[in-house]
Amino acid sequence: MAGSAVSRRTLWGFIGPAILVLAAVGIVPLVYAVYTSLHYFNLTNLKDQEFIWFANYAHVLTDDTFWAAMGRTFILLVTALPIQIALGLMIALLLHRPGLTFLKTITRLGLVLPMATTYAVVGLLGQVMFNIKYGVVNQMLGWVGIAPIDWIGDPDNAFVLVIFWDVWQWTPFCALILLAGLTTVPDEIEEAARLETKSWWTVLRHIQLPYLVPGLVAIMILRTADTLKLFDMVFTLTRGGPGNATEFISLLIQRTGFRSFDQGVASAQAVVLLAITVVLSQIYIRIFYREGP
Amino acid sequence: MAATGSTSARSILPQIVLLTAILLFCVFPFYWMVTTSLKTQLVALSQPPQWIFTPTLGNYAEVLFEDGVGRTMVNSLIVAVSTTVLAVLLGCPAAYALARFEFRGKSDLWFWFITNRMVSPIVLALPFFLIVRWIGLLDTKLVLILIYLTFNLPIVIWLCTDQFRSIPYDLDEAAILEGAGHWRIFRSICLPLAMPAVAVSSIFSFIFSWNELLYAIVLTRNDAKTAPAMAISYMEGYSLPYGKIMATSTLIVIPVLIFALIASKQLVRGLTMGAVK
Repeated sequence: MAGSAVSRRTLWGFIGPAILVLAAVGIVPLVYAVYTSLHYFNLTNLKDQEFIWFANYAHVLTDDTFWAAMGRTFILLVTALPIQIALGLMIALLLHRPGLTFLKTITRLGLVLPMATTYAVVGLLGQVMFNIKYGVVNQMLGWVGIAPIDWIGDPDNAFVLVIFWDVWQWTPFCALILLAGLTTVPDEIEEAARLETKSWWTVLRHIQLPYLVPGLVAIMILRTADTLKLFDMVFTLTRGGPGNATEFISLLIQRTGFRSFDQGVASAQAVVLLAITVVLSQIYIRIFYREGP
Repeated sequence: MAATGSTSARSILPQIVLLTAILLFCVFPFYWMVTTSLKTQLVALSQPPQWIFTPTLGNYAEVLFEDGVGRTMVNSLIVAVSTTVLAVLLGCPAAYALARFEFRGKSDLWFWFITNRMVSPIVLALPFFLIVRWIGLLDTKLVLILIYLTFNLPIVIWLCTDQFRSIPYDLDEAAILEGAGHWRIFRSICLPLAMPAVAVSSIFSFIFSWNELLYAIVLTRNDAKTAPAMAISYMEGYSLPYGKIMATSTLIVIPVLIFALIASKQLVRGLTMGAVK
């Protein structure tokens, strides 16, 4: 690895501005969030900001609503992610097969669309397509004899809908990552294996899987982070409802801070979420980006 | 590859069916979005939904000229372009330093940049709202431009560091022997060679900023309102104007889809921060 020692001035000239700006927008707010979380801080009563030590944290850590939202976020992750990986792998294997070049190119371009789409628009589209009365999905279900389903108004169905919609948006992402992994398998090795066995499973398990590992790890890191961040799509689709059936962690914090105006508690929730995120990403990053720069 | 024997007619038909199904599954929601945007409210609220109807551009005229969606799109454009330019200006030299210089704390710095990508925006949105309200910059584009750097700067830094590292160090050494300083090498040798990464990270930076909703609804009200924030403001009220919501959605989505298709080969690389090439 080629690298050179340089004077402190040159180094700061290159990297200083980026660090300063990112610290100003990324760290200063966090420090302020910690400050807020140690105070009673309500937007409707700003005069009365009392320093209350860790009372907000004690409240958050013993708050059923908070852990329910964390639990929901976790359930979403462990249900949607395996489906996305399994379907994505099947699509990747299909696209990796030889032949039908034109149709496969078109399909690959089609796969690009869902994951680039504005998350808020994905939620709005869900509202329109899954509406109980005017929605096209219930119409299609009617064609095969299934009675209209109340997707958005029923707590369980709304949760299933969020999973389904998350799968729609992110399965293509998994498929394209895994397809990129499949193309890194050297042709000679794959051909030799196919002469040995007719079973696609054996080829996948023993030949292709090692090449898929980096992609799988990347998928797990990013989908975990994105599920903890998930806000836009659910906010526009269900607003966390009905009740709080689809209130994931980011939605709960937004509601606490901006609809209940309790910034103190919301900041404490945010700091706990941040701690969880940092721990998780450090674990993941150390596994994955081992080599570093 | 054994493309002849195994790809007989017997195995090709199921493949065609499957591929078409996948394609339809991906594309159908967009078809429904566009057709709904061309429906009058009366047609949009018919039961069962109509597939054949007389299309109208009325929704587009209404959202653009009466509701001011055009103005919010201009806001989105200004914010996305400005934050992208800033991210490139700040990120490229930083990426060069990470790729070329040895210094203490480099890997910690690297981890910090990566962690920024993982943090939920709501964690920053709460304190940012209070700070910005305090300095009186609420509802300005500047605030969005700055806070979007929290995700744009890491993207630019990652993709460009990767690219700088792939440039042979011999080029630098030759230039050093000629007496060129690091800025000279950066500007005249490495940066031109890193242009592909700069282009791709700019496209990503633009897409992410254009798509962003949470910061936009927390930090803007009217003057700096972005297009996604505008789209969800139609959700208030009892009877939802489906045609108008879908017309606005279509207007928002078209530019990002065009960019995504242009960068489709690099999309995976960008979304995984260069972890998968």
